[in-house]
Amino acid sequence: MHSKLGLDFTRVEYARKISKGIADEVQQFVGNYTTIAVERTLCRLMGIDGTDINQIPLPNVITDDLKSKGVLSHGALFYISNAMVNTSLNPQEIAERVALGTLDITKLPVASESERMKAIKSVIDASITKIKSNRERREGYIKTLGEGPKPYLYVIVATGNIYEDVIQAEAAARQGADVIAVIRTTGQSLLDYVPYGATTEGFGGTFATQENFRIMRSALDKVGEEIGRYIRLCNYCSGLCMPEIAVMGAFEGLDVMLNDALYGILFRDINMQRTLVDQYFSRVINGFAGVIINTGEDNYLTTADAYEEAHTVLASDLINEQLALLAGLPEEQMGLGHAFEMNPELENGFLYELAQAQMTREIFPKAPLKYMPPTKFMTGNIFRGHIQDALFNMIGIWTNQGIQLLGMPTEAIHTPFMSDRYLSIENAKYIFGNMKNIGEEIEYKDGGIIKTRAKEVLEGAISLLERIEKEGLFSALEKGIFADVKRPRNGGKGLEGVVEKGTNYINPFIDLMKGGDK
Amino acid sequence: MSGGLYSMQSKDFDKTLDLSKVKPYGDTMNDGKVQLSFTLPVPTGAEAIEAAKQLLKQMGFENPQVVFYKELTPGFTFFNCYGSTTHTVDYSTIYVPKVESDVMDMHETDQYIKDHIGRPLVIIGASTGTDAHTVGIDAIMNMKGYAGHYGLERYEMVDAYNLGSQVPNEEFIARAIELKADALLVSQTVTQKDVHIKNLVELVELLEAEGLRKKVILACGGPRISHELAQELGYDAGFGMNTYADDVASYIAQEYVRRNKL
Repeated sequence: MHSKLGLDFTRVEYARKISKGIADEVQQFVGNYTTIAVERTLCRLMGIDGTDINQIPLPNVITDDLKSKGVLSHGALFYISNAMVNTSLNPQEIAERVALGTLDITKLPVASESERMKAIKSVIDASITKIKSNRERREGYIKTLGEGPKPYLYVIVATGNIYEDVIQAEAAARQGADVIAVIRTTGQSLLDYVPYGATTEGFGGTFATQENFRIMRSALDKVGEEIGRYIRLCNYCSGLCMPEIAVMGAFEGLDVMLNDALYGILFRDINMQRTLVDQYFSRVINGFAGVIINTGEDNYLTTADAYEEAHTVLASDLINEQLALLAGLPEEQMGLGHAFEMNPELENGFLYELAQAQMTREIFPKAPLKYMPPTKFMTGNIFRGHIQDALFNMIGIWTNQGIQLLGMPTEAIHTPFMSDRYLSIENAKYIFGNMKNIGEEIEYKDGGIIKTRAKEVLEGAISLLERIEKEGLFSALEKGIFADVKRPRNGGKGLEGVVEKGTNYINPFIDLMKGGDK
Repeated sequence: MSGGLYSMQSKDFDKTLDLSKVKPYGDTMNDGKVQLSFTLPVPTGAEAIEAAKQLLKQMGFENPQVVFYKELTPGFTFFNCYGSTTHTVDYSTIYVPKVESDVMDMHETDQYIKDHIGRPLVIIGASTGTDAHTVGIDAIMNMKGYAGHYGLERYEMVDAYNLGSQVPNEEFIARAIELKADALLVSQTVTQKDVHIKNLVELVELLEAEGLRKKVILACGGPRISHELAQELGYDAGFGMNTYADDVASYIAQEYVRRNKL
């Protein structure tokens, strides 16, 4: 391919090779373990839903029961399939009886593997079909209604009340938004369960629940039909319920999911072993469901310096790409993250940002890159903020980014008002139209600031990757290689939910979903 | 709608500045000019514009002008408006409590601690409760600091511990005891539905219950925090927008010396 930056693609291939080695080593660990969240996900894939009388979700009832009896390592599917053979009940009925304490699924005679697999086959098929039909629903809409051109305009809604969110989301879609992200309530990433039902109370966002997903999906389908454009729905498949949120999103037809273990490790202090195991299964599900994942590299630059640490973003994007490929997630669904976060006082900052965005585009040509707006240097000066966002939008269209997370002039003040979103969408549409083909028109000067910067960042990423390869990712994270944040391998939240897979362990969904039957 | 390129409005008001009756300034003293924007949950049209103007009048604006309006979605209209306020404030009698300390830079503060205390001060900080934002506490504590102001980790005479985000108040106090902290810094960024107030008050109550409140210097910070609010909530100091590690470190050093009569 022709590089406008004169990038040396043999160096890019070298960087990919090292990243693959790093990802393979992580995968060797991941393959041998399961987590309580993965097991809850499997319960949901068995059709188990709802709560007990104490509002505890039934998937938690099952997995907590197995964990308290010290048998979680054999996995939920082993016990559920065995109980199905023994009782002729369906998984939901089994879960309800476990909740009432009238059935102990760990004390039943063990049926043969073929009997057990036969018992769950129809449930497995039903879940796979359900996810596949949601994928087809999306593809059908895109064929008939069409979609907005890239970069997709991505805005957030965050009222805390799903019904109010719907009003905000409809308004945004009519104004031109392509992706609506429902921000989660603060702290949800640290809950080790997913709340049930529609919710109207949240702080800084709205609970991710399957019912809330359904409500928003149906509203966006309606407004999409009205305006003749498919509207994508985004949520957050991160934190302690990563794969569980993935499967709920797959059931309800979500299109985009934040999905990044590294982000959780660094910024939510989630245990690295836990979340890397969770991430693998969640990416398998997202890959199969046709969901675009967004990775969180942009966040590194909110703590570390955006100019000095730009290479850490590229290094992490490369590792995330390899981890996603291992989970069967195609490049076309990789919304790898980067950001426009340099200090506005930095002379020629725009040129450096342009160089980096173009570099990221050329290194990941098929990926719908997720480009994040300025946040760190946004202030109460909304007038300057609007201009910062304009510069960011110029780079978005210039370098053909995939998903443009629109900056709001009031970024530093509050979650967006309806009018903030309007102003931001107007800003982006104006610039995207007015500068549409600038990327095809303008070449960069040999030996100039832009080409030099791109090369420098690539070489920086390569030396960092070489270091991580030597250390291994776990130990690199312990040493604070990303975002200046150090996390111990056995520290953080959720480690108690990690177990080595036992002899009876089964998870047929991995092969089915990665098997390419799409 | 708009007044054209040049304002032809007569300016027959007193144009002398009187600090006991201060008004906003557009381009002429006492013209009272204010710009504002808001959304009304009504469909766009002449009635919507009239509603916006009436609202401005009730807010005390003369000559209300709607210079831009746009229906954001059916039933919601956005306005940009100007008006001349009839209200004034008495600036001459205003008193605002402030953090009373001299702001020193990093080297001066290090030297001050060496001279007056003779050992490093232990300062722990966190974004507490459910608040997941580290941007505030990082700006104050991280080695690198923010906007050219080095963070507390770089201070020679400060042992700084940044506990990160979403730290429960109980855990924060446990770490304070373990590290024998001299000062506690709490950062709060999320303020929706006043969740920060509840959390900040809870920390004070827990510290009092542990008998620790008077033994530590307790400060909070964040974009919506003022020194006045901090004091109301039972904190020693509050640091809002445009304050940096310099402000925090020099306050803590001087307050420590003052309390211990060093």
